[in-house]
Amino acid sequence: MNNIEKEIFDLKSSLLKMFLLVEGQWEKGANAILNYDQDIAEEISSSENRINAQELKIDSDCENIIALHAPVAVDLRFILSARKINHALEHIADIAESVAKYVADHDIPYDKEIMTKTRISEMLEIFNTMMDCLLEAFEKEDPRIARRVFKKDKLINKINADAPQIIIDNINNYDKNMLLYLLSSIRKIERAADSLKKIGEEIIYHIEAKVLKHVNKDINLKG
Amino acid sequence: MKYKLEAKNIDVFYGKLKALSKINIGITENAVTALIGPSGCGKSTFLRLFNRMNDYIDSFKLNGDILIDDKNIYEKDVFVDELRKNVGMVFQKPNPFPKSIFENVAYGLKIQGIKDKEFINTRVKDALKQAALWEEVKDDLNKSALALSGGQQQRVCIARALAVEPSIILMDEPTSALDPIATAKVEKLIHTLKEKYTIIIVTHNMQQAARISDYTAFFYMGDLIEFDKTNTIFTNPKMERTENYITGRFG
Repeated sequence: MNNIEKEIFDLKSSLLKMFLLVEGQWEKGANAILNYDQDIAEEISSSENRINAQELKIDSDCENIIALHAPVAVDLRFILSARKINHALEHIADIAESVAKYVADHDIPYDKEIMTKTRISEMLEIFNTMMDCLLEAFEKEDPRIARRVFKKDKLINKINADAPQIIIDNINNYDKNMLLYLLSSIRKIERAADSLKKIGEEIIYHIEAKVLKHVNKDINLKG
Repeated sequence: MKYKLEAKNIDVFYGKLKALSKINIGITENAVTALIGPSGCGKSTFLRLFNRMNDYIDSFKLNGDILIDDKNIYEKDVFVDELRKNVGMVFQKPNPFPKSIFENVAYGLKIQGIKDKEFINTRVKDALKQAALWEEVKDDLNKSALALSGGQQQRVCIARALAVEPSIILMDEPTSALDPIATAKVEKLIHTLKEKYTIIIVTHNMQQAARISDYTAFFYMGDLIEFDKTNTIFTNPKMERTENYITGRFG
């Protein structure tokens, strides 16, 4: 293994750690929402510092590799995608914290019935499978696995699109504040899933040198 | 597409050794083309086909056509001296003659039999300006070229090549003996010169090829593995061997 290979190996390990930290945040976030666990919701906030520190470390490692090793071709693509994946993961972790904040700050739990109607638990389940796909795709450098997230993202978009009408239909049946926070959480989960989709695009860019950003969404589903 | 230089089905032998095999390539006018590859891959042999420098080697044998402006330069009616007026060359180590700066730059003109002093003065001044050396030496033209720094000596050699007004410049690792500052000056010069000249450069420095060339050809063991725009070669090469070489994973 030459110098740059070792640096890239170490950077990949750091990003895998970041993936696992963020995945852990989401697992806690889902648990907090679905089971109204305020202790777990508080724990998410305290884990945020570790994720921020890991983000800064990865950023700094990327800069050093560019400055000291002048990467090209597949190495350059890996560094460029690593930086974007790093920022996307940090953003996703921020959203997990934000989603859990309602549970930590409010005493009225999300009603089980409206949660079922809005399909938020299904949304969180799909989100977790997206995260698993990306982790595996990144680790194995397999673009076919990365591509699986595009279809899952569409399912999340659909749940998000249906949610406002469900909330309107039930506005007089539940605590309004709780309903608004629930809708807000659904929207945030949808935004986090968009970031996961971008991570999938970056994994494909690294391996295949194909830029999927801003292209026809139907193309994303192929391959 | 019309090319300034073309190699068609080129095989080169040194005795029984095949140094180049079935090379086909078109070199674009007013562009910098870099030839890269490990030692012994045939890139310098390929470069020297364009000014027939390999002719001096007894065991050299060429199959195929080397065209400059659509004319095969290995045909019998081509005069090598005339060819080399059109195809200048700069070597790895600066090789000024033990003469003054002026005499070095004027050398090519004088061996062509040109005696018009005013004409020679103008050409020398223009060549030194094009080589980005005029401001540094204009008051010392009679100073020995050997007294200049390495980077300045290399630019004298470039000026010497430019003075006879070629349309093509071949460069065989022109900065490998220079420090980073002198290298940067020569690289900047190459960038400027491509407006008037077609440049082919052999380099072992990957980053230099990436910085200064428009097209890059990767040679390996006498084969042309890949030839493409430089930004494609250095971001998304098509061939695995190219990627392994430019990322340092070769072998």
